[in-house]
Amino acid sequence: MGRMKRPDGIGKVGNPICGDVMWVYIKVKEDKKTKKKKISDIKFETFGCVAAIATSSMITSLAKGKTLEEAMKISRKDVSKALGGLPPIKIHCSILASDALSEAIYDYYSKNNLTIPEELAKRHERIQRTLKTVEKRHKEYIELEKKVWEK
Amino acid sequence: MLNRNEKSEKMRRIYMDYAATTPVDSRAFEAMKPYFMTNFGNTMSLYSIGREAKRALEESREKVASLIRAKKNDIIFTGSATESNNLALKGFAFANKKKGKHIIISSIEHHCVLDSAHWLEKQGFEVTFLPVDKYGLIDPKQLEDHIRKDTILVSIMHANNEIGTIEPIKEIGKVCHDYDVCFHTDAAQSFGKIPIDVNKMNIDMLTANAHKMYGPKGVGTLFVRQGIKLDPLLHGGGHEFGLRSSTVNVAGIVGFGAVVDIAKKEMDSEAKRLSKLRDKLIEGILKIDNSYLNGHPTLRLPNNTNFWFAFIEGESLVLHLDMKGVAASTGSACSSESLEPSHVLMVIGLKPEQAHGSLRLTLGKQNKNADIDYVLEVLPRIVENLRKISPFKK
Repeated sequence: MGRMKRPDGIGKVGNPICGDVMWVYIKVKEDKKTKKKKISDIKFETFGCVAAIATSSMITSLAKGKTLEEAMKISRKDVSKALGGLPPIKIHCSILASDALSEAIYDYYSKNNLTIPEELAKRHERIQRTLKTVEKRHKEYIELEKKVWEK
Repeated sequence: MLNRNEKSEKMRRIYMDYAATTPVDSRAFEAMKPYFMTNFGNTMSLYSIGREAKRALEESREKVASLIRAKKNDIIFTGSATESNNLALKGFAFANKKKGKHIIISSIEHHCVLDSAHWLEKQGFEVTFLPVDKYGLIDPKQLEDHIRKDTILVSIMHANNEIGTIEPIKEIGKVCHDYDVCFHTDAAQSFGKIPIDVNKMNIDMLTANAHKMYGPKGVGTLFVRQGIKLDPLLHGGGHEFGLRSSTVNVAGIVGFGAVVDIAKKEMDSEAKRLSKLRDKLIEGILKIDNSYLNGHPTLRLPNNTNFWFAFIEGESLVLHLDMKGVAASTGSACSSESLEPSHVLMVIGLKPEQAHGSLRLTLGKQNKNADIDYVLEVLPRIVENLRKISPFKK
């Protein structure tokens, strides 16, 4: 856990308004034998509840040493399963964790001008879209509050 | 009572969430016992165990009335403070709608008042939500500016449940009476903790409950000054002067009466003791870097403290404290059903991420000086550790 100096990819997900922000840092190295790219180091920083901290921690231990292709496939279910299950209200924490990892991998691909796998690009789009929706909802909420004030 | 030495673990257990609820005082529990199996009668029955239940009910009514200098028959027992607030707002609005349809409440009321007001808006009433300053205080002059010809009711809480700020109730009541508007106050957090005199403080209706002052859960009260008309929420057998039909919860009400009696004797000394502990806790916690007090430094309940810590989230703070044996609460949204953090903290000017980092520690009878020392020992380390993993840190 903690910050990583000069990461090869960063995934920033979540929103302070709903109380969870997760940043995942990865370092990528090529395996000399297989020539495949592997996550050699991974760290996280999380502002959030205990479930958010636990899922971030779990995603880092699940992803460490995996190839990028393998890491991309880690789902929220893998995270929650590895933790022995999560209560329904905390499922979004596991989604956030797998999103943060896939955003970090996306970041690595785009920084290095590599061809981004289709599935990863789709996920990136969805994550960014969700982020905007939450921000929009928050904006509406703040405006509502203002109205209440003005009354 | 809390068991400080649980067998499975030697960890210290400290309860610091007295604003949420309190353990029942053993003296009140003893007083309640006979009313479960021996004197179980219905207060409406004419035979002797029924009359005994009725006598116990009226004795408790007398006790509760005398704590706030009210007349005995102006006290109605309900099932909770939530019910009392619903009855005060909805009951008054419907019984007095011919006089006007405008209601004023503060923007930091408990959800049971806020949501009752929102519901009344749907029924055609108009509600003004009065803003507060950065401490959570209402300005009586600002209230005066918002009173209109059709204003029928003002509801402003005595002390806030989250930040503990005590409102200038006497002055607010005076403004209301100058304009002939009924004044209701939710005193769920202050009743039995600080003195209340409904006459001197110009209060027409007042909400309180038992479980915040070492009484049982499921018992509330609404003081309704003689002459004020309310429509009941519950129709039926006509209990509680026709305002709250339901077979009377005699045992619970006896428990309420007992804790009120205890409060009469112990309230002042306990308030002094808790204020000292509170100030020590505040002073100690504010030594942590980037920590801030929510609420007013002096105009606050003797048992309330509320802080926010930059860069961290309240729910993880609460769970880490729990691992150290300390029970506390937060205004973070993670601990609630909704996505948004506490409305009170937002209204006093905190940003969402600041409100998410809030911690409420509320003190009570079992807290001793050593408990404060313990919290001051464990909390800084927890804050430090959580900041280590926070993306917001500097």
